[in-house]
Amino acid sequence: MTVEIKVFGPGCDRCRQLAKNANEAVAELGIDAQVTEVHDVAEIASAGIMQTPGLMVDGKVVLTGRVPSVGQVKEILGANS
Amino acid sequence: MSAPASAPPRTRSRHDLRLWVSLGAATLAWFALYRLNGPLWDWLIYDIAHLSGRLGDTVHFFFYDTVKILLLLAGIIFWVTILRSYVSIERTRALLGGRREGIGNVAAAGLGVITPFCSCSAVPVFIGFVSAGVPIGVTLSFLIAAPMVNEVALVLLYGMFGWQIALLYATTGLLIAIVAGYVLGHVRAERWIEPFVFETTVGEAAMGEGKMTFRDRVGLGREEVTRIVRKVLPYLLVGIGLGAIVHGWIPTEFFARVAGSGNPLAVPFAILLGIPLYSNAAGILPLVEALHAKGLAMGTLLAFMMAVVALSLPEMILLRWILKPQLIGIFIAVVAGGILIVGYVFNAIL
Repeated sequence: MTVEIKVFGPGCDRCRQLAKNANEAVAELGIDAQVTEVHDVAEIASAGIMQTPGLMVDGKVVLTGRVPSVGQVKEILGANS
Repeated sequence: MSAPASAPPRTRSRHDLRLWVSLGAATLAWFALYRLNGPLWDWLIYDIAHLSGRLGDTVHFFFYDTVKILLLLAGIIFWVTILRSYVSIERTRALLGGRREGIGNVAAAGLGVITPFCSCSAVPVFIGFVSAGVPIGVTLSFLIAAPMVNEVALVLLYGMFGWQIALLYATTGLLIAIVAGYVLGHVRAERWIEPFVFETTVGEAAMGEGKMTFRDRVGLGREEVTRIVRKVLPYLLVGIGLGAIVHGWIPTEFFARVAGSGNPLAVPFAILLGIPLYSNAAGILPLVEALHAKGLAMGTLLAFMMAVVALSLPEMILLRWILKPQLIGIFIAVVAGGILIVGYVFNAIL
């Protein structure tokens, strides 16, 4: 099953960095996952995120307000799958 | 410390010991560098390079200030990030939820100082607060105080001008946030907020990491230092560069003549100049320090600094997503008005 990963952020540097790290983590783990970036502020707020960037895995917000390293994203993905 | 029977496994406590030893060593190194900064550049620039006069002073100002501010920044950001990791914006919102105006504005401004906040998340914070029932004026108090009165500004002001000025800045900054938020809460601002804000239903509060160890928090502190220093460095270097030029080349008392406390136009001019400028406290303070040394009045300078950090064009563009131009206009006018009063009051009493 494809893992749904969403990166929330209005397009700031840190959001781009998080998306990059998430993509790298997915590639390194070799899992079947789809990384999408969410820029819409209403959608960001609806997800309950007040500090960007935010990371959502399969509908669950796992991290807000900071940029995890590639290793940390791998850990999160490992714990959630 | 003696190890009680219930102590964690040995490797763990040894790990923690190592963490504390390196924290201690880093703190000592920090103080040593801070003390050596002045004498080092005196020696290198005046004795070794034989620079003197204006050029020597300019170069000295540049290097001395760069090192001093970087040290202050790294130290403050590190410890404040660790302290702040115990506070979350979700908790702040919960605290503000049932507040009424007035006391709510006071609480919001105070929490704005201690809650971790980046102006890039002003919009999601606004929606998150308003949809959770925090009054608009209270939310705006938070959004004004958070970028204006922050730890970086306060520690740098303390380092350059002493605790009185830092305290004055904090008190008046908070006052502006409280009063401006209160005023904006009474202009029926709802009609100038994009309707989708009220239609947005906010999901369950996203939880950040619940259980972090102290080691995690130290790691977070280190990450923040690297990130923020990298981010402010260009502003800082431009600010210090301008400061160094002012320091070396502008005659003393020049500004006292053209923009001293006797000139009533100096404060509004400083604010108008500050609004479109985008920088942060770290970038603006070296310039403020140099201008102050040349006789520019403190009230005018603080007004300039507040206008630069509290009212920035990029932030207004972000806020345009959720606020109609009328409200943005009123927002700028009210905050600028508060800053204007602060500038005049300080010029009168300092």
